Amino acid sequence: MKILVPVKQIGVVDEDFELRGDGKDVDPDFLNFEANEWDDYSYEAALQIMEAADGVEVVPVTVGPDDAEDVLRRCLAKGGERGIRVWDDALEDASPAAIVQVLAKVVEKEQPDMVFTGTLSSDRSYAQTGVGLAAALGWPHAAVITGIEWKPGDPKATLLRELEGGLVEQLSVNCPVVLTIQLGINTPRYASLRGVKQAKEKPVEDLSLADLGLSGDDLAAAGGSFRVRRMYKPETGQAELIEGTPAEQAARLVEIINELKGAA
Amino acid sequence: MGEILVVAEHRQGQLNPATLETIAAAVNLKGGSDRKIAVAVLAENPDDFVGQVGKAGVDEIVKVPVGVASFQSDTYEAAVLALAEARKPSVIMLPHTVDTWGYAPAVAVRGGFGCATDVFEAKYDGDELVAVRAAYAEKLHMEVDFPGKDTVVLTVRTNVFKPSEDDASPSVSDFAAPPAEARTTHMKFIEPEQTGDVDITQAEYMLSIGRGVGEEDNVEEFKELADTLGFTLGCSRPIADNGWLPKSRQVGQSGKTVAKCKVYVALGISGSVQHMAGMKHVPNIIAVNKDAEASIFTIARYGIVGDMFEIAEELREQM
Repeated sequence: MKILVPVKQIGVVDEDFELRGDGKDVDPDFLNFEANEWDDYSYEAALQIMEAADGVEVVPVTVGPDDAEDVLRRCLAKGGERGIRVWDDALEDASPAAIVQVLAKVVEKEQPDMVFTGTLSSDRSYAQTGVGLAAALGWPHAAVITGIEWKPGDPKATLLRELEGGLVEQLSVNCPVVLTIQLGINTPRYASLRGVKQAKEKPVEDLSLADLGLSGDDLAAAGGSFRVRRMYKPETGQAELIEGTPAEQAARLVEIINELKGAA
Repeated sequence: MGEILVVAEHRQGQLNPATLETIAAAVNLKGGSDRKIAVAVLAENPDDFVGQVGKAGVDEIVKVPVGVASFQSDTYEAAVLALAEARKPSVIMLPHTVDTWGYAPAVAVRGGFGCATDVFEAKYDGDELVAVRAAYAEKLHMEVDFPGKDTVVLTVRTNVFKPSEDDASPSVSDFAAPPAEARTTHMKFIEPEQTGDVDITQAEYMLSIGRGVGEEDNVEEFKELADTLGFTLGCSRPIADNGWLPKSRQVGQSGKTVAKCKVYVALGISGSVQHMAGMKHVPNIIAVNKDAEASIFTIARYGIVGDMFEIAEELREQM
């Protein structure tokens, strides 16, 4: 019994940043690399199932360059015995359609019983990978999940799906299944110092596209979800900034609030 | 020139108003061209919604009876794929909602279609479809196109396009969706808990706290501050997820929209798209945040770049 958890290293832009030479992304020198917040919740959901039953393996997988190994180590520090990283230069700027193809091959290879992804990643927020992966596999799927009732061997899982405005849907789903996990489904644990130390020794399997029976040409032939033409800093509104010491700022704030309340 | 096919969305018998916004986005994309706009209504009884989607610019309403009363991903995927196969639309437009998160990417993968989500602008550059969406927490916009794709799935950000108030008399047709094996089963809807707490959708003055509050023990002082100011206390998602305030206090897409709010003070809230969906309409937003680049400042009327605790302390002393 195995749960595969695709995780992602995301870029967060610095206060001041420059675009890459081709204008199609931020210059990586101005990005801070972090683990995607949603993946903390999907990984925790998998670990909780692992801990509640015998014989469950949780395997984190990422598609990313060398330093993306950090996100796998971060997972392994909390639990799990091995990780998988897939990379090829052809995957630079890959759109969700390409990532889906790669992950589908990893699923074929690993034969997991469940796949938990984050609902989205906070860098590009496409929210396409999990559900797209399920489609590529022909698996059932459910998105934006905030509750999972399932133990190994159950043919169906009972789920909570977070809808708009505080409404929740309870549904059941056939397994195996791909679920995209929403924030708040659990309280992700922190890694212990011991866990962090142990994680350094855990094996991470590096796979190329060729190892998965894919090539850059295959991905190109299938076409991406889209092609980026350009990125740009949007013209945005800007608040009237209240300057001064905190006391002065607060005083002005009181004035504003009183004016607004008086005028209302 | 393929049509623009909009797929209507509904839940619990109510048309999602985002459907009308998506129709407006389609009309906008059509521009001066003679491209047709069709609206597909997937429902147990499509007639329930036909009268509501015949807005100006819609040429045809396609009734697609499906055997499920509420959203079911396999059924919707099969129906939209069959519509795409039969009608060869250039663009399939859906509102960017929790339901479409659950099936639009699957339609794109199975159909080999182009796909861009959370799009707030779509246009033709010559014959080339171009969509614009945000990246990196709204700090950048990205313009994308879809080379080699005859059909493209776009999910359209809500609260961007203004629905037309004018009705039209589109033709109405029927389409038989193929049977699909439903691998998920709707059990029930769970309504948000009525905690007897305040109803923030009715509040006129709100003070909301976000991640910047740091820890649970700090929440109390902002409760007191809100009381002192005569404001209703609200919060962003992480505060409710942590259980520091009840879910009924959460502002945003998965929480509440503060429809009646006149003044909204956001303390330590950076301004995710999901949070802003619930409050960006408020005419007077006052934001306090340490990060001068926080998105909240792009929609706020007044801003203070600073420490929410220092400002709160001064406010308490001065009130």
